[in-house]
Amino acid sequence: MKISIEHLAKLARLSLREEEKELFVGQLDSVLTYMEKLNELDTGTIEPTSHVISLSNVTREDMPEASLSREEALANAPGHTDKFYRVPRIIE
Amino acid sequence: MKYEVVIGLEVHAQMLTDTKIFCGCSTKFGSGPNTQTCPVCIGMPGVLPVFNKKALEFVIRTGLAMNCDISAYSRFARKNYFYPDLPKGYQISQYEHPICEHGHIEIVLDDKIRRIGITRIHMEEDAGKNIHEGAGNYSFVDLNRTGVPLMEIVSEPDIRSPEEASEYMKKIRAILRYLGVCDGNMEEGSLRCDANVSVRPEGQNEFGTRAEVKNINSFRFVEKALEYEIKRQIKRVENGDTIIQETRLWNSAKGVTESMRSKEEAHDYRYFPEPDLAPIIPDRAWIDEIKSSLPELPDAKRARFVSGFGLPEYDADLLTSERSLAGWFEEAVGAGGQPKAVSNWINGELSRLLNDTNQTIDACPLRPEHLADMLKLIDNGTISGKIAKTVFKEMYVSGKDAETIVKEKGLLQISDESAIEKAVDDIIANHPNEVERFRAGEEKLLGFFVGQVMKATKGKANPKILNELLKKKLT
Repeated sequence: MKISIEHLAKLARLSLREEEKELFVGQLDSVLTYMEKLNELDTGTIEPTSHVISLSNVTREDMPEASLSREEALANAPGHTDKFYRVPRIIE
Repeated sequence: MKYEVVIGLEVHAQMLTDTKIFCGCSTKFGSGPNTQTCPVCIGMPGVLPVFNKKALEFVIRTGLAMNCDISAYSRFARKNYFYPDLPKGYQISQYEHPICEHGHIEIVLDDKIRRIGITRIHMEEDAGKNIHEGAGNYSFVDLNRTGVPLMEIVSEPDIRSPEEASEYMKKIRAILRYLGVCDGNMEEGSLRCDANVSVRPEGQNEFGTRAEVKNINSFRFVEKALEYEIKRQIKRVENGDTIIQETRLWNSAKGVTESMRSKEEAHDYRYFPEPDLAPIIPDRAWIDEIKSSLPELPDAKRARFVSGFGLPEYDADLLTSERSLAGWFEEAVGAGGQPKAVSNWINGELSRLLNDTNQTIDACPLRPEHLADMLKLIDNGTISGKIAKTVFKEMYVSGKDAETIVKEKGLLQISDESAIEKAVDDIIANHPNEVERFRAGEEKLLGFFVGQVMKATKGKANPKILNELLKKKLT
């Protein structure tokens, strides 16, 4: 599999220096090569697994529960006002 | 050259559950910012979402009402992207195995029924709200809406004009409101619509390149935004320019669609099955139970109003656009009102009064049986049709019944011939010029005399008797 490190970095919102790109390309390659080993298995007769636990229809009733207070909700945010989370301006 | 327009709509509808889709936070609209969140919906590490059964019931109801197959196996998927209104860095949505597929609804345009295919209906969580105004060099984020259950209704590219798109939206809204699964309020954002639009020369089979138009946030704008986008695309094609596949935003202030610079658009969502939520295998007996509890839907009701009450399609369509309006109509007819007359009063005076007073039919102060009683008073000659308008308005304002108002205000129709004759004689005596002109052949002056007598009798003269008397005395 071929992966563009630039594309990955863009999706992850990371800016990488040239030497970092080289370093990570090497590391990603070895991870992917290792995973390639799985292709040696014949999985033709096995259902694709999306969950490892065989549960289905886990639901709850539509009953309101207490929410966090605003102070608690905002407490961990790097930036906030008295009411809102505050982030760098999104649109011009 | 003639062009064919191809439109597909993606409609997002907020479900009317009391709590969010994966946690117990309230979905109440209009609460203070960031007061309805919890570790699950703001994406704290280590939390687990648990699916709201009501949301599943609502989307199955909708799927059945839109003639969809309900999937025997359905699951959630993660859609990965970064945006400040999405605290987890992914949206829980559905990708493969949506809960509903292969449906359709019908729209009526120019008395013709068109079937529009529904590709799929899937469930997902809503994002929060970014606020830019008054935020200076920042943007503010309110996460109350994060995790509110949405269903996304995706149509086939079956829509061929902006009018059809508008009718389709109206029908979707009507069905959702009949089912009680969404309030359908586009202005408040509980119903939103994105459109995929392309044009192709008539007769060509393959689709043209499409643009996606977002931000159509009002009913009025569905047609306007599409008309603009179609014109723009045709112009480009005719100038030999290519259409770029892109997302465009409807700018309602300027009345144009604008390219959304693709800075934020990575368009690589890396969907994968959501490991924190178990798959859904809906119980068939439960689906049947939901199916049997569906209300009579707009199309069935419209057909019944046409065949059962002898109403024209147009009247039936208007009356069945809202379940409560149709209910009001049926109550008035049940109380003895003649169906077409009831329909005329609802679509005329009543709609006008509701509009003027900014009321909906649910809060209508006028009782349906009062309209039926008033129609009887017209039929038996107690009041004239003209006076009925006054009575109707008074019923609407006061909530009193027609008979009481007629008595209180002295609005009984004058059917006593000698009383009307006296008024007619006075008018004739006072307008010799008009009488002469009428006798010389200016027949349209009859209306003038009718008006004068009506004015003199405060609109209470029996129009039939009045007309006969006037004709007799003027000729």
